Amino acid sequence: MGINRRSFLKVLGGGIVGGGIAGAASGNIVIPKKLGAEEPVSPKQFVGILVDTTRCVGCRSCEAACAETNHLPVPDIADSSVLEKGRKTTQKQLTVVNRYQTDKGEVFVKQQCMHCNQPGCVAACLVKAMEKRKEGPVTWASNCMGCRYCMPSCPFEMPKFEYESSNPRIQKCTLCWERLEKGEIPACVDACPEKALTFGPRRQLIEEANRRIYQKPGEYITHIYGEHEVGGTGYLYISKVPFEQIGFRTDLGTIAYPEYSKGFLYSVPIVLLLWPAFLIGVNTLTKREEEKRRKGGER
Amino acid sequence: MMKEIATAGEIKNIKDFWVFIRSELKPRGKIFTTFNVISLPIILLGAVLIVYRLAKGLGAVTNLSQEFPWGIWIGFDVMVGVAFAGGAYILTFVVYILRTDKYHPVVRATVLNGFLAYVFYAGAILLDLGRWWNIVNPILGNKFGVNSVLFLVSWHFLLYMISLFIEFSPVVAEWLGFKRIRKILASLTVGAVIFGIALSTLHQSGLGALFLMAKDKIHPLWYTEFIPVLFFTSSIFAGLSMVIFEGTISHKVFGNQLSHEDHVSFNNITLGLGKACAGAMFVYFFMKILILIHGKQWGLLATPMGYWYLTELMGLVLLPCFMFLRGVRYKNFMVIRIAAILSMLGIIINRLNFSVIAYKWYVPLSQRYIPSWMEIVITLAILFTEVWVFRWITNRMPVLRKSPDWAVEEETHEKMITIRKEAPQWKASAM
Repeated sequence: MGINRRSFLKVLGGGIVGGGIAGAASGNIVIPKKLGAEEPVSPKQFVGILVDTTRCVGCRSCEAACAETNHLPVPDIADSSVLEKGRKTTQKQLTVVNRYQTDKGEVFVKQQCMHCNQPGCVAACLVKAMEKRKEGPVTWASNCMGCRYCMPSCPFEMPKFEYESSNPRIQKCTLCWERLEKGEIPACVDACPEKALTFGPRRQLIEEANRRIYQKPGEYITHIYGEHEVGGTGYLYISKVPFEQIGFRTDLGTIAYPEYSKGFLYSVPIVLLLWPAFLIGVNTLTKREEEKRRKGGER
Repeated sequence: MMKEIATAGEIKNIKDFWVFIRSELKPRGKIFTTFNVISLPIILLGAVLIVYRLAKGLGAVTNLSQEFPWGIWIGFDVMVGVAFAGGAYILTFVVYILRTDKYHPVVRATVLNGFLAYVFYAGAILLDLGRWWNIVNPILGNKFGVNSVLFLVSWHFLLYMISLFIEFSPVVAEWLGFKRIRKILASLTVGAVIFGIALSTLHQSGLGALFLMAKDKIHPLWYTEFIPVLFFTSSIFAGLSMVIFEGTISHKVFGNQLSHEDHVSFNNITLGLGKACAGAMFVYFFMKILILIHGKQWGLLATPMGYWYLTELMGLVLLPCFMFLRGVRYKNFMVIRIAAILSMLGIIINRLNFSVIAYKWYVPLSQRYIPSWMEIVITLAILFTEVWVFRWITNRMPVLRKSPDWAVEEETHEKMITIRKEAPQWKASAM
């Protein structure tokens, strides 16, 4: 569904040439063997990251690695006081780790762009600056107008805007698109000392998540966040406690966000065809009426 | 005083043209009026702030945040400005398609008002765009986000501005005394009107459709899949209320350009518009109730947001609807005017609800978006500049006052010709 829709839109748009070069050239992203993936990923599959929240210890190495890779101010990860409060990602911090007190003790959760299969932000973008690469990552390009329509359209509110700049960008996790193109894995995955993060093709990640859930029934709840949420996301989470306890919105539904405005968009050509036809008809009728009236008046 | 202007008929060459334009550019009338004294400093301050915003970025001037990416420049300037400009597509429909001559006296002012609203308020979007130099990207270039509602809206804004300009252009030709050009431009009117109505239907509803993907952020009492239909329906009475409001002011300010008959006919027009408003508002109210019932969200009515919802629906839709009906029935113009103001207020509240107030209603007040004084000053500056331009044009071109005699003659002459030409045809088809 996701792929069909995207290719449909790309045919319609006809203009991916400019921005698509990088994606087309990269073709196959090779996933290093050490991460458990057997073969190169075919470009027909989305890649993603599986986050096992039972493994995360809240060391925030991913935050530091992310900032370094994206040339943003690197946070002091020795300072754990930031964990006292729930944080959100910002234009200067594309990923943050939060601590939650739950029934089953402390749980740490990494937060960043979810890389939806059918992203609201991409459907919102009128200049295709936001782009869902066919390999899976959602990236941003500088032909952006800065209208910020992607921000209300994102179910996870991940696009962040540089308000303080006169040449502002939309900032969010790109799944380290530049590193992927070089055949490297995302910086956060590379930096994680606890193997809480796994990078790979999305389908394999779902299998891996299911395997963990079924092998250790007591340690996980039987739900993969992101498998079906908003039509499926590139980032997948497994947890030992229900997801609403660890800061996830569980009211988003399983319908992909672009579907919500699809009905309206489909009605556009119909209105543009039928409305003028109807108006021309009415115009012809009233014109005749008017002439009749005038003629009557002349006599 | 106004007689001296009608010298445009003598433009023969470019030199005459420049002389005429230069004489027209000079200010007319009193300079130190209350309105000028208030508006001029605000316009100047606004201009300074606009430069500051372009140099320093949005954060320096606005209170926008990552939580609230759209403020009053979108929620008020664009959303409300465009809804108020809706009068143009409705009146052009009534006058040029339905050929109801009764509304002819207000159609030019309404089209001008609509055109300026699009230029200024939709133009205000330029300030809100973080990367405004890329504004041509949806129109030119090779990356079109055709699956975006905003793509549709931006194209429709552009095309609709052009059709509004075509609809208004005969007035400019009459002002300049370009007889032949006027004839050509006037022949384009009906086409531009039909195109303009189709565009308006889609972008009025399209502005609502922008919020369809904010499903999880807009309060369930406001969010519905029918937002586009509601936006379209409400633009009808928003536009017509604006015509009543603007017409009332214009007839006071520019009263010297009007004859006694004009004043009488405006009263008649007000009654007709009031009736239409009441009808559109009732349909809108009915749809809101249907959506409320089907949405099964009655429980939320007893919450603070529920009271706010009821204030909007009862106080600023149902009440003015009722007032319009009473006003029309008893020919009480004061009641109609108050009803128009109330329903305009209702539109302002409604559009702001979607973009600011009922948007992420769960965020506590301390972290909510409240416009900065600079955002308000810039908005006022844009509004006042629009009024200045409107006044400049109305004082010079035949917007409210009668067209020059040659233009009137031409129009009746044309109609006679079409009658003679098409009359036999009509007979034949009647048989």
